[in-house]
Amino acid sequence: MISPVSKIAYCASRTCRFRKPIDVRALLEKGLDELGYRDRIGLVETECLISCFQGPSIMLLPGGKVFQVLSEERFTETLRGLISEPQLPTLPPPGEPRIEPDIPGIEHIDFFAKQRLIVLRNRGHIDAESIEEYIAHDGYLALYKALTAMTPEGVIEEVKLSGLRGRGGAGFPSGTKWEEARKYATFPKYVICNGDEGDPGAFMDRSLMESDPHAVLEGMMVCGYAIGARQGYIYVRAEYPLAIQMLRTAIDRARRKGFLGRNILGTGFDFDIDIYPGAGAFVCGESTALMFSIEGKRGMPRIKPPRSTESGLWGRPTCLNNVETFANIPQILLHGGAWFRSIGMEDSTGTKVFSLTGAVKNVGLVEVPMGTDLRTIIFEIGGGIRGNAHFKAVQLGGPSGGCLTEQHLHLPATFDTLQAAGAMMGSGGVVVMDDTSCMVDVARFFTQFSVDESCGKCVPCRVGLKVLLGMLEKIIVGRGEPSDLDRLERQAVHIAATSHCGLGQAAPNPVLSTLRYFRHEYEAHVREKRCPALVCTDLIRFEVDAEACKRCGVCAKVCPVEAISWRKKEPAVLNRDKCIRCKACIRACKFKAIH
Amino acid sequence: MTIDELNEIKGSYIDQRKRELEEGVVTVDVHMGTCGIAAGARGVFSALQGEIERLEMKTVKLRVTGCAGLCSMEPMITVHLPGQAPVKYGKLDAAKAREIFYSHVLGGRPKTEYAIGQGLEKPQKRVELG
Repeated sequence: MISPVSKIAYCASRTCRFRKPIDVRALLEKGLDELGYRDRIGLVETECLISCFQGPSIMLLPGGKVFQVLSEERFTETLRGLISEPQLPTLPPPGEPRIEPDIPGIEHIDFFAKQRLIVLRNRGHIDAESIEEYIAHDGYLALYKALTAMTPEGVIEEVKLSGLRGRGGAGFPSGTKWEEARKYATFPKYVICNGDEGDPGAFMDRSLMESDPHAVLEGMMVCGYAIGARQGYIYVRAEYPLAIQMLRTAIDRARRKGFLGRNILGTGFDFDIDIYPGAGAFVCGESTALMFSIEGKRGMPRIKPPRSTESGLWGRPTCLNNVETFANIPQILLHGGAWFRSIGMEDSTGTKVFSLTGAVKNVGLVEVPMGTDLRTIIFEIGGGIRGNAHFKAVQLGGPSGGCLTEQHLHLPATFDTLQAAGAMMGSGGVVVMDDTSCMVDVARFFTQFSVDESCGKCVPCRVGLKVLLGMLEKIIVGRGEPSDLDRLERQAVHIAATSHCGLGQAAPNPVLSTLRYFRHEYEAHVREKRCPALVCTDLIRFEVDAEACKRCGVCAKVCPVEAISWRKKEPAVLNRDKCIRCKACIRACKFKAIH
Repeated sequence: MTIDELNEIKGSYIDQRKRELEEGVVTVDVHMGTCGIAAGARGVFSALQGEIERLEMKTVKLRVTGCAGLCSMEPMITVHLPGQAPVKYGKLDAAKAREIFYSHVLGGRPKTEYAIGQGLEKPQKRVELG
């Protein structure tokens, strides 16, 4: 008899041994020997097969039938029966897929259900390295439609109709930019995709380039057709090796299939794309600095006008858009500009991808229609604040953006409302902070970032930010004076007003917004020499509040230098001479008795 | 490349997936974006690959896809069993991935304790199901 079974997997975990002390392997070997299948059926040891409280068990392969080995008696007989049964996989029943009752459906999970996917529609769904899979999911259909059924002007009209605004931060209308770039009759023209995502806390472009690179390429091709360019560049920061690898593969596959190169889709349109890995300067995310960087010059912004659409890369008309902007284009052409306009708000159409990080339960990529309020994003999709902490602030737009408070949570997330509230959409980084964050420290962090990344071309940004940072550090170590707050504000306003490029103009935003909404925290630092969030080490007195102390002694146990003495039923006593101010006790105390 | 060729590529891909469906091929997507890899998706991937090689399973297909969006649950995998709604699993390691492999992929019983949810996000669909 030929058995349909080719392998038997058996459970060898310790839990199963405890449950039933049966040597399954020996039992199987004996049985197979007796039945004469020893050479034909292989045995495979596994850690766990089904669930430990049912073990030990064996699984017959192929087919996956499981049998619990509950006794050694008559096992050979049982085995004979088992291996002679047909083991072919049962075919799926036609019709609706079977639902497992104990697992919630995606449509009932807030994180997934409240999102609206346009740009991220293929996330985790297709193999990014397979162009066939992209094509099977309506890929390159928009390019085909544009090249065969639309004029370049028609494409631009459709993009204008959609109301799409640049997703890189400034929110410039994409259709208008494309129209500008088309207007100039200087050739060659260039298309650039800005993948130099440098904001701390932003990672949507990376994820997009990694999981759906062809959508970005397709958007660039359509743009090239619309403005009359034959060459495109993708500027990706070198810190994104996987994104670069995926894009390289995608470009290679697209060339082989004839989507890039000469005479694309037999329409006479020529277009090619190359990748430019950026060396990792934040300022190279600024469009003009980026173009200098591609030219091989030092990445520094220049004065506008002329705009890049007139004189950009190598002095030629250049259309530069963000990764996410390009990824929207195929969908706009496929479903029409009117469809896109119907999503989101009047002046901010479509969806926006946010990268939600910080103190929220669900960290991840969130794509929602424009105008979704922050509360929905943070508390419903994000699942609220992690642990026992409370919401304190949300930082939007990275080092160019600002912090908003609980009173702003009802605000719809659009380009203009966020700007008006003192933050900005930026590239879409959303960093949620709980009450363990000190806002002065947050402002210092972002100012430090801007100081490190300032290109140094103009004085307000190069010197002014350093002065600003110095003032913040003075406040943090407890040497701040009440007059410092006004000076801080004046300095920030000056930098914003006189800096050369967008980065310098926006760099004081974290300071300005925290001063506006968390002035009381600054005041506590300068007037009372106290850090309410217990972050700034120099402002913590390291005292045990004898009344709040519940005499549990946890602090004494975690102290690495034995600076805390504690005896049962007595409040702890902290010896400040020994204390190294590591804050281990503050983190450990559940009653907030040390401050 | 013409529209016919484009449709042909699409058609042959869908046909291939349909054939796999009829043969009962189980597809396991390992979400390997940078975030997933940082959380340990490579370990999950090689554990699954190791089991497939050890058992010489021809009816299990391992795929690499990008981030599924829920970074705090990485490493994640999605198991597509023919005739069953796809199940997403999260916070895995090599050992948990092996458990899912035997219980769900081979045995057809989803491992509910590691599952996040089942089904696909809108507007994702499995092209082979029409």
